[in-house]
Amino acid sequence: MPVRPASGPRPPGRVVAAVAVFLALACLPLAQPPAFFESFLYLVFLWVALATSWTILSGYSGYFSFGHGAFFGVGVYTTATLVTAGEMPFLATLPLAGLASLLLGVGIGAVVFRVRRLRGELFALLTLAITFVLATIALNTPIDGGPGVFLSGVSMPRLYATPASTLYLMALLVAALALAIAWQLQYSRVGRALFAIADDEDVAEVMGVPTFSYKLRAIGISAGLAGVAGGMHALFVTYVTVSETFSITVPLYVVLMSVMGGMRRWYGPALGAIVVTALTYAFVGGEWALAGRALIGLTLILVILFLPQGFAGSIGAWRARWQPRAARSGAQLTPHGLSPSEAPATAQAEAAVARPSILSLNPPAAAASSSGALHAAEAPFLRCEAIHMAFKGVKALDGVSLEVHSGEILGLVGPNGSGKSTLVNVISGLLQPTAGQVLLDGEDLALLPAHRAARAGIARTYQIPRPFARLSVLENVALPAMFGGLQLAPAAALERAREALDFVGLLDRAADLPATLNLHQRKFLELARALAIRPRVVLLDEVLAGLTPAEIDSAIAMVRSIRDAGTTILFIEHNMRAVLALTDRLVVLNQGRVIAHGRPADVVREPQVIEAYLGTAAC
Amino acid sequence: MPSATLLAQSVLSGVFSGALYALMGLGISLAWGLLRVINLAHFAFVFLAGYLVYQCIGVSGWSPTLVVLLALPLFFVAGVALQWLFARFSVDEFGSLLVTFGLTIMIESLIQWIWTADVRRMETPLSTWSVKLGPIYVPVAESILLLVTLAVVVAAWAWLRHTYVGKALRASAQNPVIAAAFGVSHRRLAFLLSGVAAATGALAGVFVAVGSPISPSQMFGSLGVVLAAVILGGLGNPLGLLAASILIGIAEALTMALTAPSWAPLVSFSLLIFILVLRPDRV
Repeated sequence: MPVRPASGPRPPGRVVAAVAVFLALACLPLAQPPAFFESFLYLVFLWVALATSWTILSGYSGYFSFGHGAFFGVGVYTTATLVTAGEMPFLATLPLAGLASLLLGVGIGAVVFRVRRLRGELFALLTLAITFVLATIALNTPIDGGPGVFLSGVSMPRLYATPASTLYLMALLVAALALAIAWQLQYSRVGRALFAIADDEDVAEVMGVPTFSYKLRAIGISAGLAGVAGGMHALFVTYVTVSETFSITVPLYVVLMSVMGGMRRWYGPALGAIVVTALTYAFVGGEWALAGRALIGLTLILVILFLPQGFAGSIGAWRARWQPRAARSGAQLTPHGLSPSEAPATAQAEAAVARPSILSLNPPAAAASSSGALHAAEAPFLRCEAIHMAFKGVKALDGVSLEVHSGEILGLVGPNGSGKSTLVNVISGLLQPTAGQVLLDGEDLALLPAHRAARAGIARTYQIPRPFARLSVLENVALPAMFGGLQLAPAAALERAREALDFVGLLDRAADLPATLNLHQRKFLELARALAIRPRVVLLDEVLAGLTPAEIDSAIAMVRSIRDAGTTILFIEHNMRAVLALTDRLVVLNQGRVIAHGRPADVVREPQVIEAYLGTAAC
Repeated sequence: MPSATLLAQSVLSGVFSGALYALMGLGISLAWGLLRVINLAHFAFVFLAGYLVYQCIGVSGWSPTLVVLLALPLFFVAGVALQWLFARFSVDEFGSLLVTFGLTIMIESLIQWIWTADVRRMETPLSTWSVKLGPIYVPVAESILLLVTLAVVVAAWAWLRHTYVGKALRASAQNPVIAAAFGVSHRRLAFLLSGVAAATGALAGVFVAVGSPISPSQMFGSLGVVLAAVILGGLGNPLGLLAASILIGIAEALTMALTAPSWAPLVSFSLLIFILVLRPDRV
């Protein structure tokens, strides 16, 4: 059985089916259905568009917004103002409505996404507050002024004979646009990046994802779509008021629909939107409307308690259960990865992927250099120059300078609190030093965001493994391959990830979630993620901590084979046996300063090292 | 420019509305800070209590003391039940926000169904009674509210600071595992705190009904202001909450006096936005 070529993520059959469904729905008004049916479907499509647009930001990236009413409302009022006061043709206002919301979204994001703590419930409250601020402004300025805006005199574009059919077709188009974008995003690099951001934003950044700009894209797309939907809805309601437009209904419904349908799949919110709209429509009028509202509140509670993954999550789990065992043994992806038909690689396919030689993991030039007799003659290619790092007056690093030579294993040791992990965070770009330079081939990376370090070829592991919890092992490794130095396309990144997993011996666990791995395997998963970018230098932060002696032996062998393949390693470790066995040179940190460096055997004999690191009893 | 008397009157009414915000926000602040539960349904509890007070005192003419004595235990039980739900399904912080959002919608629908969406007003001798101090009118009902709020807030502060229950709760909030290792039963304390929080909500509901006309739509109107005060004051910090509430109340009242009443929401929501963006560590 052939391995699927590394090509486009979507099988063409699905695209054909989607286009066919769209055309059939677009032709529906020709059959002259009753008008109420068209307006019911209009509402379904409106909510599909709104819920899907919400999910692109909140479901994918995990930034839960209660402010969708703001984006929707800006669209409503942009169109309402332009068609009445500006006397513009209605269709021309829709792109402007989208643009106005997009700008609002990007503006909010540009401020809010710089504040690291503003996630989760705080982001939700913030966006809700923005909605109320906008509502107050609209109410007190000529945008609305209080009495509301009438659009009854506005001429309806004639896409179909009746206004109801025309609105139906427009809503269908907007919903299809939203779904197409959500679908496209889910299987693209952007989608992968957003899912990673939702799981662990710092790690995503360190793996090379420019998180800030990706979040801006997500909020811009999400807000823009909501704005277009809002502009369209202004014509549907014909009488626009602040209290209706900026009400709590829009955020409540989109959250409910998306949570119910499943927020990490493109089709989830649409499922939720259909169910909720049908439920509400069934309860129109008088007391029943209230019962319907109460029922929606109850549904939200029940979904959170009993179906946290939503309908789409249940469908995904059901499909995974019923797929034949053989088809899953290869590299099955979780549903946020490539589409399921892309993934299955059978046992034969797995065998067909030739076990890559270790050398193939690295650029030929680097590999060649490792065959040279020694590395001491090499010019330093990574240099830390006088790095200072202070946390509110506490000096974690006090003028640390060190050089890493190409192809060597440089050991970095020191007692707890000596600044080792801080130094790793500075070199990998997660922390910006108070002063000093991190020079890679002469380029200073110290003040650049972490993803730039990853792109330049610096990879790191975490002392306590931090896998993306909701991505499969394979996807965890594919992410850095997509965004680190190599910048691979998704399909190529998966190939690369399989190689890296094979190298660390985890290929048979590719389809599993990281939670199912033991500590030893998670540490190797960290290694595979670092290797996936073909790094020029790997920072190994206490990879051996917590492992059994037997596991340590296999890890030492693994580190050695990584070096033998030509990758430079900065090896941070407490285990002196491993340090002496592996390192070419050794640097000792104490209280944020380098107190010794040189050949490992010499360094460990120096009196101040023995005193600071090994203690007085050591000999 | 309005006269000094008008401004002084505004500041005073700002202090009173701030006191109400603090009483409404206390339960939210305690549950959020110490239990990591964001209870939006607290607003629904406040208004449900308000409507029950309106029904029992205003319509049926029961004794106010009796109603308060009945309402507090009733809402205590409701708070315990809610916490049981969160514990039973191990709902996280964000899940609690969504669940209580759903619950708020349900209670709002119930209120609308029983009492309709129209504004209801409870006539008591207190509602119009005020004392003139120099040029300024001091309404009696609001003064009682201010005193009750002060008493409750100080009691909550002392309870958290000086009793075993308070210390154990704060320890659990900081590190539940270590606290449990030292023998703190978080589960029981959480039930107690959630019940007390809901009871303070019922107390706030009494003043919501007595002080002004009441309608279901006000539920979401007060949400932003109170959450702003809760966050500004520091989660789980009763004294900070009181200070923040009164500050916001005065700022709102002055905005109303100097511009138009419809601009008032801008103050609290802008404040909330600024706090979140500039001082997210407070939460």
